[in-house]
Amino acid sequence: MIDKTGSEGFVSFDHVQKSYDGENLVVKDLNLEIAKGEFLTMLGPSGSGKTTCLMMLAGFETATHGDIRLGGVSINNIPPHKRGIGMVFQNYALFPHMTVAENLSFPLEVRKIGKSEREAKVQRALDMVQMGEFGGRRPAQLSGGQQQRVALARALVFEAELVLMDEPLGALDKQLREHMQFEIKRIADNLGITVVYVTHDQTEALTMSDRVAVFDDGRIQQLAPPDQLYEEPMSSFVAQFIGENNALDGVVQSIDNGVALVKLATGDLIDANPINVSKVGEKTRVSIRPERVEFDMNRLAEGSHTLKAEVLEFVYMGDTFRTRLRVADNDEFIVKTRNAPDQVRLQPGAVVDIGWMPSDCRALDA
Amino acid sequence: MKITNLIATTASCALVAGSALADDMTIVSWGGAYSASQQNAYHTPYTEKTGVNIINDESSAEAVAKLRAMNEAGNVTWDVVDVVASDAIRLCDEGLAMEIDADTMLADAPDGTKASEDFGDLLVSDCFIPQIVYSTTFGYRTDLVGDTPPTSICAVFDTEAYPGKRSLEKRPINNMEWALICDGVAKDEVYDVLGTPEGQQQALDKLATIKDDVIWWSAGADTPQLLADGEVVMGSTYNGRLFSVIEEQKQPVAMLWDAQVFDLDGWIIPAGLSEERKARALDYIMFATDTQRLADQAKYISYGPARKSSAPLVGKHAELGIDMAPHMPTDPENAKNTFLYNYEFWADYRDDIDAKFQAWLAK
Amino acid sequence: MRNDPANQEPTGPVLAADGTPLKKSLSRALRRQKMRALLLIAPLLAFVFITFVIPIASMLFRSVENDIVANTLPETVVAIASWDGTTGELPDEEVYAAFARDMIAAVAEKKHTRLGSRLNYELSGISSMFRQSGRKMKRWDPVEDAPFKEKLIDLHDGWGDVSTWAIIQTYSAPYTSGYFLTAIDMQLTPEGVTMQPEDKRILIRLFWRTLVMSLVITGSCILLGYPVAWLLANLPASKANLLMILVLLPFWTSLLVRTSAWKVMLQQQGVINDVLVWAGLVADDARLIMINNQFGTILAMTHILLPFMILPMYSVMQTIQPSYLRAAKSLGATNWTAFWRVYFPQSVPGIGAGSILVFILSIGYYITPEIVGGTKGVFISNRIAYHISSSLNWGLAAALGTILLAVVLLLYWAYDRIVGIDNVKLGG
Repeated sequence: MIDKTGSEGFVSFDHVQKSYDGENLVVKDLNLEIAKGEFLTMLGPSGSGKTTCLMMLAGFETATHGDIRLGGVSINNIPPHKRGIGMVFQNYALFPHMTVAENLSFPLEVRKIGKSEREAKVQRALDMVQMGEFGGRRPAQLSGGQQQRVALARALVFEAELVLMDEPLGALDKQLREHMQFEIKRIADNLGITVVYVTHDQTEALTMSDRVAVFDDGRIQQLAPPDQLYEEPMSSFVAQFIGENNALDGVVQSIDNGVALVKLATGDLIDANPINVSKVGEKTRVSIRPERVEFDMNRLAEGSHTLKAEVLEFVYMGDTFRTRLRVADNDEFIVKTRNAPDQVRLQPGAVVDIGWMPSDCRALDA
Repeated sequence: MKITNLIATTASCALVAGSALADDMTIVSWGGAYSASQQNAYHTPYTEKTGVNIINDESSAEAVAKLRAMNEAGNVTWDVVDVVASDAIRLCDEGLAMEIDADTMLADAPDGTKASEDFGDLLVSDCFIPQIVYSTTFGYRTDLVGDTPPTSICAVFDTEAYPGKRSLEKRPINNMEWALICDGVAKDEVYDVLGTPEGQQQALDKLATIKDDVIWWSAGADTPQLLADGEVVMGSTYNGRLFSVIEEQKQPVAMLWDAQVFDLDGWIIPAGLSEERKARALDYIMFATDTQRLADQAKYISYGPARKSSAPLVGKHAELGIDMAPHMPTDPENAKNTFLYNYEFWADYRDDIDAKFQAWLAK
Repeated sequence: MRNDPANQEPTGPVLAADGTPLKKSLSRALRRQKMRALLLIAPLLAFVFITFVIPIASMLFRSVENDIVANTLPETVVAIASWDGTTGELPDEEVYAAFARDMIAAVAEKKHTRLGSRLNYELSGISSMFRQSGRKMKRWDPVEDAPFKEKLIDLHDGWGDVSTWAIIQTYSAPYTSGYFLTAIDMQLTPEGVTMQPEDKRILIRLFWRTLVMSLVITGSCILLGYPVAWLLANLPASKANLLMILVLLPFWTSLLVRTSAWKVMLQQQGVINDVLVWAGLVADDARLIMINNQFGTILAMTHILLPFMILPMYSVMQTIQPSYLRAAKSLGATNWTAFWRVYFPQSVPGIGAGSILVFILSIGYYITPEIVGGTKGVFISNRIAYHISSSLNWGLAAALGTILLAVVLLLYWAYDRIVGIDNVKLGG
């Protein structure tokens, strides 16, 4: 279904730049290929340029420089209404003066589709999002989740091949949001449409996407499938932004056999996987996921470096335990352990040794 | 103890307020240059003489309606009101103005002539104390009338000899009379003719010949402005307004005194004042309408004093220093052909003719 | 389904914990709150009552009130009731004697001239008849000077005119429809209700003109105000604030000054004409007439009332999120379709609110038409003002005002039926 082999994607951004004031670039040299049928998420903090990219794709903003292509054709000069791109807005943007059915019928009417065909398509789209019985209601009479479904149906009803979603689940509560994540993913897969999804919620990005583009400061910091993004972050920003992360600053002491020895400010030495460092003496920030920290020194390789840690807090979370430690003057060092029968429950004040596999600790940019 | 203190304080406050009120007198007039002339000629000397503080209220244009409303509310706050004679007659008819006995309530002339004789015919209502004679007459642009300046009222109706717009007041009074005169009706038959529907139609028909050339005014300041702007070639207004356009603003405007309509302006005292206020109002009136005072007012504005005995005392303009007598509507040179506003006729026919006039205007 | 009332057991009235019916208990609890709320708004209620309800009620009353005839001439009214004016014969001595007695009493109280003014609205000339006769009848004695018929006719031949007595008879009732009839260009005559003579019919024309011109003014306010309101709602805050100041500027200058400024602009020797002549677009002897006519009134009033249109439109448009337009475009609508099908319908409540405001304000406007309206641009309010302050015919003014009020209410009702008053919003 996902065709990533083509030399050029279904959607492509080619050296796209965007500036609003002529002084600062909001989007800096963006290059991105999106394959047909792909579910791509643009993830990033607010102000990172992700929404601007989406709006340029939709045609509501014009690129200051560069080319945006859809199906190989440059769409820079095509007005939004001729692009045929479906869009779901953050606040749904359902027309309040029209009924649900009229909202869905609108894109078909402007395409001059006959009445009976229109009605059939509207009904089919509503059924698809399980809103078949609500055609006569006004948007204001629907709950947030229902409005969300209608907005989705409206973006799909005219059979767009590309659908853009701008934080569509932002206004929903957690439970409903998770439910809708599945729903959207399911529908997108069933229809085989290409989706470009914008969110600042990394969980959403990880659960729904084929690939995630992490934005920061107007650039894509990393573009990768969710698992790769989580397990192999290529920069401190991505490591910090995706999932929970412990960071320690230090200087590279030596690099041997693909293992970097890093000296922390406290003088402690740790082993790390050199990702962004190549020279001795380089500053680095190492990143280690809370669930990859080991208390049991027997599981570590011979000669591994370990650190002393003081337990500050222990939180029982049901399926996991979450322990906050002071490690090398860092008070926010988190360790997550599975709630297993043999798992120790550390008491605040206790001092323990911790360590990790060198491959799990990534020495990234400082 | 506290309460008695409070009461005492309140009472003394009320007393102070009361006595302050007692020294204030509200005099209603038209505002502008006219009120200023009254301030100079009457109010200031009166305050100097008696210590009574005079509050000026510029509501004369709505005086009749306001007095009626005050009377209905039972709270008349005005002490002396300056109104035109026709309004004085209506206020008298409505019982809103106090009747005045000229001989006992107004000052004699310096030579001992009784006030009723000194004012003579100008006492047009039992409630009215005449103050000035003014006239409604025409002014024309001297630069827009060619080599033959108009000398007759009928120039207004002669758009061939004097092309251009004219301004006339947006009411039938005066316009109907002028129309009839210029349509060949003898001056002493004008009101007989105007009392009949045919006569009214005749006047309107005559006015219709210049209807497209007329700008209708409703405020006295309109015509002077229209003349100054060159919007109209001639227009009717009060002679005092024209005086200031000609002599003070030095605009190229001249007077056409022919068939000027005399009207009177003067004082009334509202009915229903307390004895104390009534006595004070009468005292003011006695002072302000004596021979010298009326003559003094003519130093500031070109309206003729209503007393015969004042005429010889009219001097020069207080600021311009020019002789005021030739600018008075009553000056023999200006008053060769005049009308006196027919109060009786217009009291009877005003509403009827006004309805017809407005209907005709709207056509 | 959990809260479905149908699932509750039908056990009659629900009881509170102490056994009193829940409704009663609730209303008792709410009563204090209601009383407090009532007390809080009491000053406003009193204010509205004194400044609004009472004046309107008194206006309604005044438009039919006519007790002055019966109060001033109590005996005459009784005596003349049986007289048949259609025969063309004068009433007999009995009526004249009653009239003389009434008049002598009225003159003593100085009430006769007021009645003269009142009856003069119906028959020109009566005013001076009452004034002149009163002056002489002051010295009459109601007993010794009888009989009166000859004497009165000697005094003023109007007393020998059948129509004088017919008018007194026609207007002897304490209430009259006369003012309302006059207000719609009809009249109440001894022969019954007839139209006013052709040359006195003006009020219907003025009502009609007021309505039509108010509609035109409202329409031009919509046309001019809509784009401005749109800009205001969509510009960045700093620019919008500046524009808002420009919109509000007219509010801060006196109405009279603004209207007079239009005069300077529009008159034939005015700024606009000067510029046009200077630019050679208009010949010097063919300067445009833009003032003292309907055009001048419409222009000046549109300018004055524009903020009242823009502000409600703006506050409604502000609540229309730009994403609606984007959504419409993303769904394939052209700019125009997006505006017309999506933006415009949502802005209609603002247009409705602005239109009602502007229309009702302009229908009662007075100063501007008076100054720039000339003869064809004046409104019914100018006539009302004339009858209030010049002719003192307050009964007719009240009748005109009442009709105007009724017309506004009628239009309001029609608006409610067509558009729905719920669709009027002054703000988000």
